[in-house]
Parts: sequence; C-alpha cells; structure tokens
Amino acid sequence: MDAMVETAVRELSYAQAIQEAMAIAMERDERVFLMGEDIGVYGGAFQVTGDLVERFGTERVMDTPISELGGAGVAVGAAVTGLRPIFEFQFSDFATLGMEQIVNQAAKMRYMLGGAVSVPVVMRFPAGSGTGAAAQHSQSLEAWLGHVPGLKVIQPATPHDAKGMLLAAVEDPDPVMIFEHKLLYKMKGPVPEGYYTVPIGKAEIRRAGSDLTIVATSIMVHKALEAAQTLAGEGIDAEVIDLRTVRPMDRRTVIESVRKTSRLMCVYEGVKTLGVGAEVSAMIAESEAFDYLDAPIVRLGGAETPIPYNPELEKATVPQVDGIVRAARELATGAR
Amino acid sequence: MAGKAKNGAGEPAGANQPFLYRHYDHKTLRDALRKMYLIRQFEEGAEESYMRGLIHGTMHLSIGQEASAVGICLGLSDDDQITSTHRGHGHSIAKGAEVSRMFAEFFGKTTGYCRGRGGSMHIADVSKGNLGANGIVGGGIPIAVGAALTAKKLKTGRVVVSFFGDGANNEGAFHEALNMAAIWKLPVVFVCENNGYGMSTSVARATAVANIADRAAAYAMPGVIVDGNSVADVAEAAHEAIERARRGDGPTLIECKTYRYRGHSKSDRNRYRTKEEIEEWMSERDPIEHFEEELVAFGIIDAAGIEAIREDVRREIAAGIAFAKESPMPEVANLEKYVYTEQA
Ligand SMILES: Cc1ncc(C[n+]2csc(CCOP(=O)(O)OP(=O)(O)O)c2C)c(N)n1
Ligand SMILES: [Mg+2]
Repeated sequence: MDAMVETAVRELSYAQAIQEAMAIAMERDERVFLMGEDIGVYGGAFQVTGDLVERFGTERVMDTPISELGGAGVAVGAAVTGLRPIFEFQFSDFATLGMEQIVNQAAKMRYMLGGAVSVPVVMRFPAGSGTGAAAQHSQSLEAWLGHVPGLKVIQPATPHDAKGMLLAAVEDPDPVMIFEHKLLYKMKGPVPEGYYTVPIGKAEIRRAGSDLTIVATSIMVHKALEAAQTLAGEGIDAEVIDLRTVRPMDRRTVIESVRKTSRLMCVYEGVKTLGVGAEVSAMIAESEAFDYLDAPIVRLGGAETPIPYNPELEKATVPQVDGIVRAARELATGAR
Repeated sequence: MAGKAKNGAGEPAGANQPFLYRHYDHKTLRDALRKMYLIRQFEEGAEESYMRGLIHGTMHLSIGQEASAVGICLGLSDDDQITSTHRGHGHSIAKGAEVSRMFAEFFGKTTGYCRGRGGSMHIADVSKGNLGANGIVGGGIPIAVGAALTAKKLKTGRVVVSFFGDGANNEGAFHEALNMAAIWKLPVVFVCENNGYGMSTSVARATAVANIADRAAAYAMPGVIVDGNSVADVAEAAHEAIERARRGDGPTLIECKTYRYRGHSKSDRNRYRTKEEIEEWMSERDPIEHFEEELVAFGIIDAAGIEAIREDVRREIAAGIAFAKESPMPEVANLEKYVYTEQA
C-alpha cells in the first residue's frame, strides 16, 4: 500500500471484504467476471456475492446450472483465452466434482503446452465444519489441491487478507484456489478502502513469542491466538504464525520462527494425516531448524473421520481452543 | 405394500375411473392419504423444531411435493429400492420409514436412522429399501443404476427408483447414469421432481430443453411428463415404468411437475420468485387437497374419516418428537466408529 495515500480503514465482515474485492476487481478490469451457482439474485449460498448482480448485471455475475465440472472447465477455457473468471464453488466439497478440470487442466495446461498459455483463473471454496451440515458439506480439502503443482492454494484468515489476497489472486497469471472457512464469513475486522494486495506465498506472524511456534491455518489462527492468550497467563509465550498460503509455502518464516522457539506445533482443520501440518512438519524436519528442535513436533488436525452431523461429535472432529492450550502446555513445558 | 383392488367386496372400481382407483383397494388409498399427511406434518414438525433451536444445521422441506413421493412409492414393494436427495424426507416416509427415528436423526440421537452421524441430508432406511438421501446433487443417480445392476445380475426381481430434482439434470452424473442404464437395460426408474427451481435458478435459465423428460430421447428411453401434484397421475406413470423395468425392458424417465412451498433451505430470501406464484400453487394445486377431493368424490373417505386420519397423524408426529428428545446422544468416544467396517 502506498504510505502517502490516506486510506480509510473500516470494520467489514470477511464476506463483505471478499465482496468488496470482487467489486473492485470488476471495476478495475472489465475482463473480470463471476461465475457460480446461485451467485446472482440469491446472492450466493453464504451471501458473499450479495447484491453484486444489481451493480454489475447478469453478464458479469453469471449463475451457472448445477454443473461443477463443466462450470470449472468453462472458467478455465475463458481464462486461457483472455478473460479473468472468478468461479465460486457453492461448497468446497463440490471441488470433488470439478477435480478433473482443476487438477488435469487448469493446473497443467501451461506446463504441458511448454509455457504457451497461462491460466489466470480464480476459484473460491467455502470450506470447513461447524455448521451442522454433515459429511458432504463440511470438508477441508485444501491439502488435496495443495498437492498439485501448477495451482496456488491460499487460506486467508482475516477480512483484511481475504480482500487483499483475492485481489492478488485476480492479478496472478496462474490458477489460484481460495479456501474460505464458512465460520469466518461473519467475522469482522479492519479492512482498508480501495485497492491493495496481500502477497500470495507469505506467512504472517500474528503474535510474536519465544517458547513455541504454532503454525495455524484459516480459522485455526484465531483459535491458536485465543489459546496463546491463555498460555500467556501461565507464563508460556507462544508465537502464532498464520500460514496464509498452502502452496507455495513460506518456508523461511516458519524455519526462522522454529530456530528461535525450538518447538513446533501445527494446527489445522483438515484431516490430520497427509494434511497441511504434515507438510509443515516434514519441511522443518528437513531444514536447518531441525537441529534447534527441543521436542518432537506436535500436530493437531481433523479427526480421521468424515464430519458427523451431531454437534458434539462435530466439535470433537476438529481442534478446539482448550485442546490447543493443553497440547501447547505439554510441548512448552516438556511434560510429555 | 399396496393392496390390489378386488372387484366385489364393496369396492367397485368403475371402468371410467383413473388407474389409481381401479388398481388399488380403498384401504391402500386411504393409507396413501395418511402418508401424505405424515410427510407434511413431519416437515412442519421439523421446521418448528428448527425454529425453536432444538435442531441445528439446515434442512430442505418437501412441503407441496408429497404426491410424487407417495405416488411413486405406491408401486414399489419393501424389497424394491430408492435413492433420494437433499429434499428427501418425503421419499423416506413414503418408502416406509418411521418418523420417530427420522426425528431422532435430526436431533442427532443414537436412535436416529444414521445414529446421529448423518442428519437431515443423509437419512436412509436400508431395511425398507431406502439407500439414502444425498448431499450431492445428482449423487444418488448412478448409485441407483448400480443397485439396478445388482438386481439384474443377481436376478432379485427388484426395481430401483432414483429421485432427483430438476437441478440435477445438468450434472454429468445424470447423463452418464441414464446412458448406462439404457445400454444395459437395467431395472431402474428415474424420477425427476421438477419443482421449477434448483435453489434460485429456474429451469428456464438452467436447462436447454423445455422439459426434463425431453432428455430421455437422448438415451433412448421413454420420457413421461405427469402432473406431479396428482397422486393418480404419478401412480399411473410409476406403475407402467416399474412394470417395464421388472419385465427387463429397461429404464424410464418420469418428470413430475411440482412446486416447493418453502424456501430452498433455511437461508433463502425467496427473491427469485413471486409471492403470487407461491400462493397460486398453494391455493389451487395443493396435492393433498386434490387427493382428498378425489377420494371423497369416489366415496372412499368422508370428512370424518379425513379428520380421524389427521388426528392419528398428529399423535404419531408428537410421539415421534418426544421419542427423539428422550433418546440418548452418541458418545464422543465413538467418534471414529463406522468409518470402516469392524472386522473380527
Ligand atoms: C454437486 C452439488 N452442487 C451443488 C449443491 C448445492 N445445492 C444443494 S440443493 C441445490 C439445488 C438442487 O436443485 P434441484 O435438483 O432442482 O432440487 P430441489 O432443491 O429443487 O429439490 C443446490 C444447488 C449440492 N448439494 N451438490
Ligand atoms: Mg428443483
């Protein structure tokens, strides 16, 4: 951001911040348009597009039929040939229906064609549990897409980042997949007016600390910060890193933090095994920070089950604040 | 199981009456009416429980669409199977599920059909041939074709019905599944409940053909359009399609034109349709009123009989909710149960 320009900062919800980013992107660049199911008059299943159709019309806020594979593919084709589509999956779970176009086409087209084309498509995925929507509407599949070279995968955790990273995604010449936790949509935070970008591939230290490093993603950033506050009351000083980007991962920020604190914990909602925290842990184990570790790495991730409907079971499938506090306490005090 | 009309026995079936009234006996028809009340009152009970904060998540109510669920399932035995949708409560009840266990599922209890793991969008009663509602639009269609493949290979004589909405006909799964059912002549009936909208998107805006049944031509199977708010019309088309499937002549696509009274789910502002449109369907084309009128006209039930059934259904619904409330919650220690099959 230009420091010379006086920029007003307001409180916006995460959903409003995304909506504002999409409006700004469409105002700045007439190639940008939105596609998705019920994003027009309905305003999107989570009211993220809201009333944009009234401002930009149905040509730029396009309702698609219920056709995720075809819809994602149309977005890819439009991106390759000069447009800048932002494609909304109604729920991230429906990425499973679009996987062919995402994984085989969008991710690989530039490479397979020897650099002859770029695929500047943005796809948005409302993700995560906590809404009582059960196994097919609650998943966190970011690690799936993070596994694919050619894609960029981001998980903004604040309204500020949601706006800035979406605008960065639209600028980006390559396919960017944005995972938005549904429980964040109503969360408010400061958001500057006007255009700005937040770089893809840069983690952010949300709380500096010296006793252990907690690397968290998406909604878990907020849970980790809450846990850090409790831990501070016990004299444990946690550093909380908001990873923000799953691919390409900001190794440097994490490595430097672990060299300082000598203890690493990863907190993420996706299924623990083969998830984002597995990659962070392995990355540290392979790095120069390994020698600095004073304790085994700890991962808190989603349970090894589909997301259940019952609210108590649902809560138990994902890391919660008290669980983070407990695990961090054990890690920091070495009582293992 | 539906009883056939017997000539004599005080149940004359006039030759000029619709198929439904010629084919089924009076008790079966009164039971069909009862099921329609049961569906509607179940939905109302679920809605009220949701409003009062007793259940969480979301739900998709089938109020206004009772005739297609009941009319189709009239032609099925307990042994026949169905796959259902996110708007599946009616299908489940029509196929014989108990409302108490359905409510228990909504309340997340161990006595629910999915032991509290599935909720509204995954209700299934496998013992009665309901292979499950589905959270994925179109997800159940190929599964029905797979069940029909089993029926054919194992010569079980079963027929499978796949319910889905108008929105589902634009998913690849629909097209791939219909094609396979046709080339392999499988005993399956595809039932599209066309309520005019997939969420906020009208059929006219989402679908290139005027009728979903027009799609049948591309897969060389009969495509039949019926008034989905008339039990008689639905049941007649269902009977023919089910017989055809059982004979080994292959699949049929039935399109039931109907309407949903409530919003798509709990987050719907109803901005894509007019109040007048909703009111017109509710006041002039209500499937339950329509069926009541026919039953009365044909002397199958009278006003007192109708009230007696309604009262009985109210009691069943209240008892179902009470059962759900009293039932135990699942233990968190069992979180990972049912992920895989337990093996000795
Ligand atoms: C693959 C997939 N895409 C989108 C959704 C979200 N969604 C749930 S129901 C629905 C509308 C379905 O319309 P239709 O098939 O006509 O059934 P109706 O709701 O009208 O009964 C949508 C878009 C979903 N559950 N699954
Ligand atoms: Mg519909």
